[in-house]
Amino acid sequence: MRIAVQKDAFDLGEESQRFASDVATSGVNAGALVTFTGVVRGSEKGDMVAMEIEHYPGMTERAIETITQEAQQRWSLADALVIHRHGRLVPGEQIMMVATAARHRSDAFEAAEYLMDYLKSRAPFWKKEMTQDGTGNWVEAKDSDEEALTRWD
Amino acid sequence: MDVLYFAWVRERIGLPKEKVETTATNVRDLVAELSARGPRYAAAFADLSALRVALDQDLSDFDAPLEGVREVAFFPPMTGG
Repeated sequence: MRIAVQKDAFDLGEESQRFASDVATSGVNAGALVTFTGVVRGSEKGDMVAMEIEHYPGMTERAIETITQEAQQRWSLADALVIHRHGRLVPGEQIMMVATAARHRSDAFEAAEYLMDYLKSRAPFWKKEMTQDGTGNWVEAKDSDEEALTRWD
Repeated sequence: MDVLYFAWVRERIGLPKEKVETTATNVRDLVAELSARGPRYAAAFADLSALRVALDQDLSDFDAPLEGVREVAFFPPMTGG
C-alpha cells in the first residue's frame, strides 16, 4: 500500500508501471489491476482558469490510510495505491489516481470505486474554482456524494 | 488547544489556526464561545449543518466531549477526489 499527498505532478505511466511491477514481484497471485485517474475539469461556464485544492496536512494522510486499509481488507487486495495532489491546478491536469490489485477484476474494480467514493467525502480536501477576474468559488459537496457511500454499508 | 479552520471557514474567520483557552466541555459549547467573539466568527458558525468537525484529526460530531483533545478543526463538507 502506498499513499502520497503531494503538490507535484505525477507520471501516470510511471506510477502504473511501478505499481504493476511491485505487485508482480510481491508473490501475490493477482490477476487484475485497475487504475483510475482524476483530471481537473473546466467549469460548465468555461470561466474557470484554475482549481485550488486545500487540505489538512496530517489528517489527510491518516484518512486516506484508513480508507485504503478498509478497502484492502474488504476485497483482499494484493496492493493499493493512492496519489492525491493539492495546490493550484489547471483544467486538464491530473489531480489524483488510485490503483488496486486483486485476484479477480470485480474485486479490483469495486475496491477502486469504493476508494473514490470515500476519498471524495471523507478525505479532508476542499476545491476552489478560480475565475479569470481572480475571484473564487468553493465547490460544494453534493448530496449524491454522501448517498454514494450508503451502497457500501 | 489548537483550533484550525479550513476552506471558507478559514476565509470567513480570517485565520487558519489559533490557540484557544476554553472551559467548554463539548464541541457545541466551544462553538458558542467562538461565535460570541464577533461577527466573523458568528458568520462562520451560523449554520452548523454546513460544517464538519475533526477532533485530533478524526472526524467527529458537535456533541463530542473535548476532554483530552488537543486539536479541533472546523471545515465545510469535503470535496476531494
